[in-house]
Amino acid sequence: MAATLPDGTHADKKGLWGWINKRLPVSEFIKDQLTGYYAPKNFNIWYFFGSLALVVLVLQLVTGIFLTMFYKVGETTSFDSVEYIMREVNFGWLIRYLHSTGASAFFIVVYLHMFRAFLYGSYKKPRELLWLFGMAVYLALMAEAFMGYVLPWGNMSFWGAQVIVNLFGTIPGIGPGLVLWIRGDYGIADATLNRFFALHVVAIPLALLLLVVLHLVALRRTGSNNPDGIEIKEKVGPDGKPLDGIPFHPYYTVKDVFGVGVFFILFAIIVFFIPTLGGLFLESPNFDPANPMSTPEHIAPVWYFTPFYAILRAVPDQRMGALLMFFAVVLFLFVPWLDRSPVKSIRYKGLPSKVALTLFAISFVALGYLGLQPAEGLYVVLARIFAVIYFLFFILMPWYSPLGAKQPPERVTYHAH
Amino acid sequence: MADHAGVADEPVDLDRRKFLTRATIATGAVGAAFAAVPFIESWSPSERARAQGAPTELDLSKLDAGQMAITIWRKQPIYVVRRTEDMVKRISGHDADLKDPDSKYSDQPPYARNTDRSRSAEYLVLVGICTHLGCLPKQRFSAGELYPSWPGGFFCPCHGSRFDLAGRVFNGSPASINLRVPPYYYPKPTTLVVGADEKGSA
Repeated sequence: MAATLPDGTHADKKGLWGWINKRLPVSEFIKDQLTGYYAPKNFNIWYFFGSLALVVLVLQLVTGIFLTMFYKVGETTSFDSVEYIMREVNFGWLIRYLHSTGASAFFIVVYLHMFRAFLYGSYKKPRELLWLFGMAVYLALMAEAFMGYVLPWGNMSFWGAQVIVNLFGTIPGIGPGLVLWIRGDYGIADATLNRFFALHVVAIPLALLLLVVLHLVALRRTGSNNPDGIEIKEKVGPDGKPLDGIPFHPYYTVKDVFGVGVFFILFAIIVFFIPTLGGLFLESPNFDPANPMSTPEHIAPVWYFTPFYAILRAVPDQRMGALLMFFAVVLFLFVPWLDRSPVKSIRYKGLPSKVALTLFAISFVALGYLGLQPAEGLYVVLARIFAVIYFLFFILMPWYSPLGAKQPPERVTYHAH
Repeated sequence: MADHAGVADEPVDLDRRKFLTRATIATGAVGAAFAAVPFIESWSPSERARAQGAPTELDLSKLDAGQMAITIWRKQPIYVVRRTEDMVKRISGHDADLKDPDSKYSDQPPYARNTDRSRSAEYLVLVGICTHLGCLPKQRFSAGELYPSWPGGFFCPCHGSRFDLAGRVFNGSPASINLRVPPYYYPKPTTLVVGADEKGSA
């Protein structure tokens, strides 16, 4: 009876497995997505971070759900309930530090994942949509992280929210009305906290999950890029399988599990020994309750926003500063079309591309550092210099990217161990 | 019954189909826009928030010359400075260093659109929120406190915006307009009401 069923459906199997598969395509899914999904065999260390991002997402969802069980949103209760979690809930401190460290880990992993795309041209045709979905994930993540940081209702939560929400006030015409609408009050208040909570725990996580699914579906359509930036689908064997591809499972599942192990060792060291990371992951003014009458001496966002914050402060005009900060993020969306190189991977791009990417990486890190420093003297001058390099990387890309490109090899570079 | 075969053979009026599809989409879009109104409007300040944003009163009799009092109106700190004659003098003479010396682009009631940005030079009433990104500017009232030519004023610790003793922003600050002046009036000589003036509540 089962002879006509497509290969691998297992619907002809006897027992429970067959019963389920006759009704739900479980084994088909496994075959399509894992055992029959061919990925290039020359992945290197840069290819750990996509799966790690997924692991951190799950970690954030699980720890977040548990935090919600003890957290009480409200301008009079939020701060105290976080203290309650830290001091009195069994292992509450651990669950919260996993969540707060997870937020930073998420950005570390995502920034490295994005840098990988820059290295090997993973955003280039035919993966433009894959890149755009990834960027949408990144934007949702930024909103999620910002609102999450407001929830403990510490003084940095309050003033961070004040500064970020006021950025919308720089929009000509509708700005002030928009800010009032976002806050729901004449200042950052209970109404603001409450809606950020709803967005942080329900709306944005749902959007994130949807975007991650779209990101993965788009990846399944094009297949992964690889360090050589050549399409493995163009060289197939007599069986129709890519010659330079290996099944995702077991090869890359095992590789990724190893990566997860290494990641969790590093992660645990931070969670258990240095959860605030000297003020980088959790800032000390946030151990004081929100006080609308007292600005912290020095306001800096958490490290993952500081490159953009440094750009904002480097501009002596507020509207221009906010606009450039906005562009600093939005320019990423256009990279698939700004890169005019005939090759994808940095391995076969010319010297100008290599220099540009190196300078960009340096300026991103430098801006990140400068965004943590006070906006004065040499720091502002340096922030301006690095901001210029940052923007030139994108703006000049159509001209420097094709220069000096070499012919990539026919097959991927791979040395068996 | 017998007509069915004939009906099925008739060609479909594609123009009619297109029109109906478009009309359905348009109606749906309008409906969706109306349905969105309550959800969007729910984010605007609630009745309670509006009520709590009512005008606030401050007794000026306890404020000494050269001192600043902070009151709260609409969750915003309101700076009330009783300026000394010396402080009033230090408002003038640096117009060239200001972005908006005549408060042309800044936000204030008409009666505060003058050099000292107040109803009377003695009392300065400002919204104590930096017009850059909303931090609280700190008082640096003494001449020369920040640098030798500093005439006294306010300094925002977040991004370094500087304002004079009338809340006017100095060149080189990230803020581009002067500190805001709320509507205010004096029902009695020593009583200040913030959030309302002769024209009514803000």
